[in-house]
Amino acid sequence: MRGIRRAFPGVVALDGVDFTLRSGEVHALMGENGAGKSTLVKVLTGVHPRDAGEVRLNGSLIHPASPQDAQALGISTVYQEVNLIPGLSVAENIMLGRLPRRWGRIDWGAVNRRAEVAMGRLGLDLDVTQPVGSCSIAIQQMTAIARALDVQAKALILDEPTSSLDAQEAQNLFSVIRKLRDEGLGIVFITHFLGQVYDIADRITVLRNGKLVGEYETASLPRLELVARMMGRDPDEVAALESARPADAAKAEERKPFLSVRGLGRRGSIRPFDLDVAQGEVVGLAGLLGSGRTEAARLLFGADRAETGSVTAGGRSGAPGSCREAIAWGLGFCPEDRKAEGIVPNLSVRENIALALQARRGVLRRLSRKQQTEIADRYIRELNIVTPDAETPIRSLSGGNQQKALLARWLAADPRLLILDEPTRGIDVGAKFEVAKAIEELRAAGMAILFISSELEEVVRSCGRVAVLRDREKIGELAGPDVSAQGIMATIAGSQPKGSTEAEVRL
Amino acid sequence: MRRPPSQPSPSASRKGKEPLRFLNRSTFPFAATVLVFVLLYVAASLHYTGFSRPQVFLNLLADNAFVGVAAVGLTFVILTGGIDLSVGSAVGCGSIIIATLVEKQHVHPVIAILLVLAMGTTVGSGMGALIRYFDLPPFLVTLAGLFLYRGIGLLVSMESVSIMHPLFARLSMAGVPLGDAGSLQLSAIVFLLVVAVGIYLSRHTTFGRVTYAIGGSEQSALLMGLPVGRTKMGVYALSGFCSALASVVYAVYTSAGNANAGTGLELDAIAAVVVGGTLLSGGTGYVAGTLVGVLIFGVIQTAITFQGTLSSWWTKIAAGTLLLLFILLQRAMHRRAR
Repeated sequence: MRGIRRAFPGVVALDGVDFTLRSGEVHALMGENGAGKSTLVKVLTGVHPRDAGEVRLNGSLIHPASPQDAQALGISTVYQEVNLIPGLSVAENIMLGRLPRRWGRIDWGAVNRRAEVAMGRLGLDLDVTQPVGSCSIAIQQMTAIARALDVQAKALILDEPTSSLDAQEAQNLFSVIRKLRDEGLGIVFITHFLGQVYDIADRITVLRNGKLVGEYETASLPRLELVARMMGRDPDEVAALESARPADAAKAEERKPFLSVRGLGRRGSIRPFDLDVAQGEVVGLAGLLGSGRTEAARLLFGADRAETGSVTAGGRSGAPGSCREAIAWGLGFCPEDRKAEGIVPNLSVRENIALALQARRGVLRRLSRKQQTEIADRYIRELNIVTPDAETPIRSLSGGNQQKALLARWLAADPRLLILDEPTRGIDVGAKFEVAKAIEELRAAGMAILFISSELEEVVRSCGRVAVLRDREKIGELAGPDVSAQGIMATIAGSQPKGSTEAEVRL
Repeated sequence: MRRPPSQPSPSASRKGKEPLRFLNRSTFPFAATVLVFVLLYVAASLHYTGFSRPQVFLNLLADNAFVGVAAVGLTFVILTGGIDLSVGSAVGCGSIIIATLVEKQHVHPVIAILLVLAMGTTVGSGMGALIRYFDLPPFLVTLAGLFLYRGIGLLVSMESVSIMHPLFARLSMAGVPLGDAGSLQLSAIVFLLVVAVGIYLSRHTTFGRVTYAIGGSEQSALLMGLPVGRTKMGVYALSGFCSALASVVYAVYTSAGNANAGTGLELDAIAAVVVGGTLLSGGTGYVAGTLVGVLIFGVIQTAITFQGTLSSWWTKIAAGTLLLLFILLQRAMHRRAR
């Protein structure tokens, strides 16, 4: 693929990307969420048309217009969310669309025999007549691969195939991938798991913000360098990068712990983790996009139900069953995607600010219009929210001001722990500074804050302690002088002793 | 082993370890339906003298044939996750058109019947095309169909029209004698045939399997490269054909056409399909289940007739209760499967 470009309204998802897949190799496609990996795959398989560039298969230009087209050309894809029909059998999921017929009716004997052969090629011997929905995710994954291979594929694209597999299942998948590679198939492997890339990939292509960062031989690209490239930094610059640290970080031990989390986890979301946050402390959650930061916050806040573990906050403990409960405990959560999960666009600034406080008081103790206006006006003043007045619909505000109004919503509810998920995404430098200032003031006033951000400098500047996540697992915690952009990256890359031992267990 | 996998048959347990293995998530509601029918039938037979006579059972098939024929077509629509509200008024509209053509226009009954079948299939395809090409919600498209059919039917004739044509008299008397057991009427035969064709279509043709795939996950079906649009149109055409056939059965059965016939029949049919073990969200269910679902409501109705003292509206109360129980059961199954 040469010079691929694909734009969506308002955003260029791919800009001049080259990608080469040889037969008989496993090629990893790496990048943070939103780097353009999925878009590249979708262009290759004809889901999205390309705006520019060319795709060649064995030297001849191809123009796949649909997944079926691509499949007919020998390019098969297994998508991240396994695309099978749960109620139908394993055999049918492999063969559907190509069901062998005899005398006009489906020859179920042949269907099941061919499916058994296809699964046998992947080293699996199982009852192919059972509904696929009752099989484990690993078997479902294999079924999807068997379906992809049944069409004489030359290239196989695996989009996050291991995201819901356990270590053993992933190893089984890898032996299948190696077998297929040795049979001469070209395999594109997309994953967030750095360790797996080094396990299986022959070459790596890194994308960032829709642009090609580079193509590397796996053996010649150390982990730390890979992480730096994915985050868009020069490895030399990383070493030099160091920021001012909050002076009082060392006093963390003396503070009264407010929140303590033990073994909180949910399958497919984040592995069980521990976390403590004290009053008057800002704790950061760092990691690549998609490493489980938001998932951790959602579990804490009861937005997703935890499967294991407990949360102790303000003397109460248990697992928060709902957001309402978490708010009653004194927790507040500013979500990452403010448009979809935070603001209510058609309500006024005043109503948006009053929402959480009203939720905390319950329906019976209504806030009067006058009280609401007072609160809204106070925060508009204090946080410097630029709006004509409190009655303006919030959707007409700029991103930074919406963000500040959201912050005001939670401040008005007076939480004792505030979770801020990417509070500075998409807002300008001035607004970022004000948000950072507000965080520091809140901390000084004794609030406990959990701060999630992709911008390492921000995390380093604001946080006394940083918990590092990778591959949906907490892999380490940095405190005091260790909190630095380099330290965080090294932990993610797994080159620090603490991180790497756990990483080995994971793989 | 020439049957589709995951059907309610012991073939799934070919390794033969657990005798009840065929009771999985998709077959359980079907098994429950059969069990409810058997229990109801046995209870009614014990309670009311004469209920167990074979002719009562055969009448059950004949009396509910037009609902049943419409319900089989509807089963396919519901399997895709769609709905067809037009089947009831299609019965009324079809029957009055046949009656008027035969009695007022002196058209030969066979031609009238073929015309109505063609009309039903065409209107069904049309609604399917709207759903396919404009991505409109089936509920609203077929609701429009409901009003359209009813309006046209009433426009043709406000009053019920009796059909005197000798062929109709012969057809309504026709049947296969079954010795002592009584006789199987023509309408019952049509019903059973439609069920048999429905079972064959759903299990042994690509059309049928794609129907299940669409209801299971339309997105996956698309990514698998299955003919989703064509099949969607097909199920509405099939449902249109079946409801037109139901109107023919109704016209023969009552020897009359009535524009107001079949009011609320679409809801009875939906209830029968759901009680028959088909999930309203699509993807799971059996045509055979619909047959049993129709028979369950038939048994309740017959039992209340046998009772004699109860108002016939108790049928509706029993139907409502049963429907509630079944959707609760399905929900419980769904919860446990998650």
